[in-house]
Amino acid sequence: MTRPSHHPGDMLLIDYAGGGLCEGASLAVATHMAYCPACRHAVSEMEAVGGALLDELEPEPLSPGCLEALMARLDREGPRTERPAPSCRAAPFPPPRYPEPLRSYLRGRLAADGTLGAGGWRFIQPGMRGINLISEAAGTTRLVRMRGGVAVPRHTHGGIELTVVLEGGFSDEFGSFGPGDLAVGDCSLNHAPVSDPEGCLCLNATIGGLRLTGPVGRLLNRFIRF
Amino acid sequence: MQDQNSPAADSDLSLEDLLVAVGRERDRQAFGVLFGHFAPRLKTYLRRLGCESGGAEELVQEVMLLVWRRAETYDPAQASAGTWVFTIARNKRIDALRREQRPEIDPDDPALVPEPQQPADRRIEVKESSGRLRAALKDLPPEQAALLRMAYFEDKPHSLISIENGIPLGTVKSRLRLAVERLRKALRDVE
Repeated sequence: MTRPSHHPGDMLLIDYAGGGLCEGASLAVATHMAYCPACRHAVSEMEAVGGALLDELEPEPLSPGCLEALMARLDREGPRTERPAPSCRAAPFPPPRYPEPLRSYLRGRLAADGTLGAGGWRFIQPGMRGINLISEAAGTTRLVRMRGGVAVPRHTHGGIELTVVLEGGFSDEFGSFGPGDLAVGDCSLNHAPVSDPEGCLCLNATIGGLRLTGPVGRLLNRFIRF
Repeated sequence: MQDQNSPAADSDLSLEDLLVAVGRERDRQAFGVLFGHFAPRLKTYLRRLGCESGGAEELVQEVMLLVWRRAETYDPAQASAGTWVFTIARNKRIDALRREQRPEIDPDDPALVPEPQQPADRRIEVKESSGRLRAALKDLPPEQAALLRMAYFEDKPHSLISIENGIPLGTVKSRLRLAVERLRKALRDVE
């Protein structure tokens, strides 16, 4: 499988590594990471920065007895430990169509062959349907399915949107986006993506709480509003 | 209860060694040393993220309980002890303070696009790069270091940090980029 050529960029990866991204945006970044060893490596480096920053924090003493209380809890736990799922588990065949963490969010929606069922899709515009996965204050995260050759109408909004292609693809004046590619869109960009002839399935999330004003730092290079 | 056979009895052991001892042997003395190092720092971390003192201590215990339970999954060839504990604390506080899930890849997922090659044993590399990273952090210009800490110790994306601190987004990005570049060079040992 080819590796993605459109990435979240360092700013979003640091937000993800630090834990400052909302759930939907984190899901988009992590889904891209499942396709992208380079961004996995970049995030592990940024987590190492988090570890180093934690180590240099000024320690704040705990109340006396904290360790003893915890040790008593360990006694009650007994020897059983939280075992991870064994890593040598039999590989399912065929392999899952969608990677984790996305797959967990699709529970109950996947047919026996691992494809998305036909139910639950809601009309967005002609040729475009969506399923909401997460609704939070920051915005809605959803799967969007487009038929081939569908053009997304231009319009503006106040946040940043992340779009990860899962199947098929789309193109705009910035290039072609295929499986695993992550497009970052903000309101400074005005363009009209069109889905590839075979159509497009993607994950679409909003980073909420943004009230960007003025033309500052619009280095993020996409705007796609489905 | 001094146990002379316990690895923790050897004071020269690194945090990584101690964590491995907890994972392999359920070594309580080693766990106690790890608690002594990490718990007060975790308390500071959680208080910076808005936990009041009592709540922070409860959450510290929860995090350290996860450290105990998951220690056998710790791989010193992949991350320093501090990095590993940081990721557990970050995920726990997202769960506890924000009541949200933390979406993460599953390294064993058959659907994961694999690395071009199997990673080598990076144990020594991890140790050395942590040292270089700490030195590089100390050398960061203050304005870069301040923004970097906000990125890790405030529950906000960089765009909100920009707005709430009245620093133009472009400035936030360029400072963070410079910081990340320097730290990445230190981690990869390229000058």
